[in-house]
Amino acid sequence: MTEKMTGAQALVRALEQVGVDTVFGIPGGAILPAYDPLYDSTKVRHVLVRHEQGAGHAAEGYAQATGRVGVCMATSGPGATNLVTPIADAYMDSVPIVAITGQVASPLIGTDAFQEADISGITMPITKHNFLVTKAEDIPRIIAEAFHIAATGRPGPVLVDISKDALQATTTFSWPPVMQLPGYRPVTRPHSKQIREAARLMTEAKRPVFYVGGGVHKAGASAELIELAELTGIPVVTTLMARGTFPDSHPQHMGMPGMHGSVSAVGALQRSDLLIALGTRFDDRVTGQLSSFAPHAKVIHADIDPAEISKNRHADVPIVGDCREVIGDLITAVRTEQADGRKGDYADWWRILNGYKETYPLGYEEFADGSLAPQYVIERLSALVGPDAIYTAGVGQHQMWAAQFIKYENPGTFINSGGAGTMGFSVPAAMGAQMGRPDKVVWAIDGDGCFQMTNQELATCAIEGVPIKVAVINNGNLGMVRQWQTLFYDERYSNTNLQRVKRIPDFVKLAEAYGCVGLRCERPEDVDETIRKAMEINDVPVVVDFVVHQDAMVWPMVAAGTSNDEIKYARDMAPNWEGGE
Amino acid sequence: MSRHTLSVLVENKPGVLARVAALFSRRGFNIDSLAVGPTEHADISRMTIVVNVEDLPLEQVTKQLNKLVNVIKIVELDNTQSVQRELMLIKVRTDSESRSHVLELVNLFRARCVDVATDAVTIEVTGTTDKLEAFVRVLEPYGIKELVQSGMVAIGRGARSITDRSLRALDRSA
Repeated sequence: MTEKMTGAQALVRALEQVGVDTVFGIPGGAILPAYDPLYDSTKVRHVLVRHEQGAGHAAEGYAQATGRVGVCMATSGPGATNLVTPIADAYMDSVPIVAITGQVASPLIGTDAFQEADISGITMPITKHNFLVTKAEDIPRIIAEAFHIAATGRPGPVLVDISKDALQATTTFSWPPVMQLPGYRPVTRPHSKQIREAARLMTEAKRPVFYVGGGVHKAGASAELIELAELTGIPVVTTLMARGTFPDSHPQHMGMPGMHGSVSAVGALQRSDLLIALGTRFDDRVTGQLSSFAPHAKVIHADIDPAEISKNRHADVPIVGDCREVIGDLITAVRTEQADGRKGDYADWWRILNGYKETYPLGYEEFADGSLAPQYVIERLSALVGPDAIYTAGVGQHQMWAAQFIKYENPGTFINSGGAGTMGFSVPAAMGAQMGRPDKVVWAIDGDGCFQMTNQELATCAIEGVPIKVAVINNGNLGMVRQWQTLFYDERYSNTNLQRVKRIPDFVKLAEAYGCVGLRCERPEDVDETIRKAMEINDVPVVVDFVVHQDAMVWPMVAAGTSNDEIKYARDMAPNWEGGE
Repeated sequence: MSRHTLSVLVENKPGVLARVAALFSRRGFNIDSLAVGPTEHADISRMTIVVNVEDLPLEQVTKQLNKLVNVIKIVELDNTQSVQRELMLIKVRTDSESRSHVLELVNLFRARCVDVATDAVTIEVTGTTDKLEAFVRVLEPYGIKELVQSGMVAIGRGARSITDRSLRALDRSA
């Protein structure tokens, strides 16, 4: 069945057809024709944000909380370029979003017209794919292709730039369109020979570790992972992007590896003889100095993106496939091994690992002057709010503490900016997550530096009735940068102090100005009560200003560019690796 | 470092060359030569890319190229199993005395003279990189006024075609 309509109407109809229920955006000249039919749509809710960056991160938060494709919309030129940061962020963390931008009318393209920017050129290296559409009749097909590309294979951002004349022209609409993607064929089925080889190595290894990344949750394979881990008895580490994919309370969980990982997780990788890397990419924040990363380990590397395999570390057993299928097949293969009497013996390995766990638990320093330790705030949040909530974080110290001190039990409950390290991610991402999952409690854990980059979306939250809760871990500084200045720049605090005059801004007043409830907490004894008060408010957003000590540091730490073996669990305190062996 | 010749079938769409070129620069890969043009199928263009990398980065090059949605197929063409050609146009200074010497070299290299002026000739020559380099060396003493060279194009020897299966994929999606 075909219907006559404008390109703009076809766009809105196509969005409805692919199942979009929420779009975050801001209108402007070139995208204006699309906003007219959007006004009439009963299926697509458009959320008017305050800055396009907020729209992009909200789409990311929505996508990660729901598993569906997030959508953001902006006009040409500066509207589109304001989406660049969230698009780059989504690219680094493989988040499926579709960004729709207006473009100047096609005869004007290339003339430096008002609000013209070559956004498809600009986003070429930070999108999975992008399109420039100048014909109305192409709109439905390209929308279908964009959503297909964003959601399948290794997920990622796709940008669709549509010229104003294409939105205004008349076309015919029919659904479903025929996609034309002859070069796009993601491989999801793993190779059975590689699976058998992997199972064999797992049985033979003495010190194997599951090194689990964000791909496992993206594949929806958390339950399968638990089954495989319990079947084999092999320890598990979960990267920053995988927090919650394997329950923190599980005895086989060793914690988070990496620059601020636990000694037990870092030690497990470094001392391993077999890494079973699932949906992870050997990022430099995990490996430290690459040449000394897990030096004695063979590597089984499973990922849906063939280009990740052997990119940073050679894979002895490369497996290209969707992690859910890979783990499912590994379970079958390991069962076969076990039925034939081949079962791994990791008793010695566990003795060493349990030694690390007991000797070097996560800890932190409290302050004698009675001021608040940021880690304590987050520890209490975890205890009072619990593992069913969704937590988002920005980037920096508060993000690392949120990764360390919240006890995650469920996949997808920690949403943060991992690869790109985008400050300001937390509040808009929480807004998107809350809109995608209105049934969930959503806490944005933010730093005062991050918070000041995107807190304008509190207005959006208040107006749209999105009751997120924001815990500002306010140390008055760009804390992580300050930490590096403390450790590596002789305590020369160049341009990291944000509050040389106290309380500029006053976050409580700021919250109130935005129609939110503002609370403040400055003493350890008030933490629980403040959190409880925030939890009781469910009709408007709440901002809690936790004023914490500025000298708190994130430990453990592997200094950039050094070996993971050089990890310090506190300042100048190195673990004794041999002690455990 | 070693030279590798990649034949890349891509969709014939605007911006594809920019995507490929941008990918090489972003990932820090060096292109020695790149040639692009239509194929026997209107919807497919073919790029011949010569890269100078070790085997491991080469694997990354092809994997990253394969991730481009507009890239349909990549084949590495072995030097011994393929015909590889570049085209060069050279303008050489000549006078009545030197012209016959230059034309002799043109014949020896199976090149062609495509334009003659009183004080210069323009020569067209095709061949492998080695042959073209040798030709330039022997012409240098006469004075090379201008030189332009295409990227390499290459095709596998024998009856098999690398486009057959890709065309079927294209037909299925259409």
